[in-house]
Amino acid sequence: MIRKITEIARVVRSKNCSPFELTLDMIFQDKAIYETVKRHNAVNAANIAAAYGIPASRISGIVYFDPANAVKVVMARPVASGAPGDTDVYGAQQHAPLLGLKLEV
Amino acid sequence: MEKTVIAAKEFKVLSPTAILGYGFPEASFKRGLEMKPDLIAVDAGSVDPGPYYLGAGKSFTDRAGVKRDLRFILRAAAELDIPAVIGSAGGSGARPHVDWCREIIEEICAENHLNFKMGIVYADISKTAVLAAIEAGKTEALHGLPELDAATVARVEGIVAQMGIEPLQQALAAGCRVVLAGRAYDPSVFAALPVAEGFDKALALHMGKILECAAIAATPGSGSDCVMGILRDDHFELVPLNPLRKFTAESTAAHTLYEKSDPYYLPGPGGRLNLKAVRFEEVPGGRVRVYNSRFEASERKMIKLEGVEKIGYRTVSIAGMRDPIMISKIADIIETVRANTESTLKAENIEAELYFHIYGKNGVMGVLEPEKDVAAHELGIVIEAVAPERKAAASACSIARSTMLHYGYPGRIATAGNLAFPFSPSDMDGGEVYVFSIYHLMENDNDSLFKMEICEL
Repeated sequence: MIRKITEIARVVRSKNCSPFELTLDMIFQDKAIYETVKRHNAVNAANIAAAYGIPASRISGIVYFDPANAVKVVMARPVASGAPGDTDVYGAQQHAPLLGLKLEV
Repeated sequence: MEKTVIAAKEFKVLSPTAILGYGFPEASFKRGLEMKPDLIAVDAGSVDPGPYYLGAGKSFTDRAGVKRDLRFILRAAAELDIPAVIGSAGGSGARPHVDWCREIIEEICAENHLNFKMGIVYADISKTAVLAAIEAGKTEALHGLPELDAATVARVEGIVAQMGIEPLQQALAAGCRVVLAGRAYDPSVFAALPVAEGFDKALALHMGKILECAAIAATPGSGSDCVMGILRDDHFELVPLNPLRKFTAESTAAHTLYEKSDPYYLPGPGGRLNLKAVRFEEVPGGRVRVYNSRFEASERKMIKLEGVEKIGYRTVSIAGMRDPIMISKIADIIETVRANTESTLKAENIEAELYFHIYGKNGVMGVLEPEKDVAAHELGIVIEAVAPERKAAASACSIARSTMLHYGYPGRIATAGNLAFPFSPSDMDGGEVYVFSIYHLMENDNDSLFKMEICEL
């Protein structure tokens, strides 16, 4: 079944994990949903890259974290935090493209 | 000499707030004190606010807020006769930040008749030491940065390193009741004393990793509320100090993700925390116990260096647009305004770079914005000029702003002006511009790399 991420996740957020990297966290509503997402590898470099319109090679890590029913994505920031041309020093508002994700669960 | 340390049954650490100066409710703090903590520890720093603060030697927190928090902490520590440890003082933890915080502490002592022995541990690392490390092949780049070289070291304002628990332990062992530290690995201030007293390093560091954000790991979370961490033999326990909040297995596990690139492995000075086997257990009272944290010492002891370099000055101008014809052509208009401005700058020999932040289009996400169409009925714009000279930044911003204000774009029927300025003056001096250029690891076996001063207050 295809479901919108906004129906199955209770947290979708972005933040710097260093001045050079962004991390995206998706925390699912319960263990059952999370396990299904994980089993289908429903969050993967291809669909995250497509959501942001960037090459999949820019995604440097995807980690499924069982204790929190969560999946984490790490990508390089286009511009280092606070350097000229940056738009979001804390990286806290880079999550919106994830809200359009539809996942196989 | 072998030292046998018999651990007490438990060790309580009170964490008042996520960042010194963010504040906390007095009632929560009092509840914490009633539990008789063995230590009050607080992290004062973050790189989140960007490179400016480290470069300019300024705090991103307000002096009045920091003084208020410190007054509560220092008075309580004196009253209970327990140590207080403050890390990453002044936000960025370089010498000017530490000295700024020291002055606040001295003021509080004088005003409240407090006396104690204070250890100040600076995190500034000499360029000579870093150059020697480069020479010896003892530095390592992080996050795709280029390898560290002498030219970069020469350009940065100064270099700080995140200290581990050892320098703080030295200050505590010297009898200091208050330790004021420069840039520190966030968990260090919470873990230094209990580890010195024989508690498990992995549990102490993992507990510090959560306590450094105070109540952010509770639910509902808050960066401005107190929590207690109780370290025991085979676990640690997180205790909320405000009846509005509780810790749950989920809130605690979710926090482990926060701002990390890999929640299973958290690197720090001298090794990493391995949380592969970690277990969160809820206990009554909104408390959570955490088991099975592991620490894996690395072969080479690495510390993280941070340094920023000044690349110039910034001027910005803020305005809005409401004309639908203009909004429909905004991409072309910006391109022409940029080209016209740049040609004027070139003719006048003004060196500057221009950035146009268009809110309502892609002001927040820039090149990462997947939504290409503009649907807004109004747009906000920040015109930004960055230049090596302050005057050049002001000139470039001014020229771009006036060019945009009066540009006769194709199809224009509103011929009086293109921008709505909310302020007079329209242009603002944004100060110095810095960029992070050192974010590297350096091998270090020398605990005295961090300079300590002891004073009696």
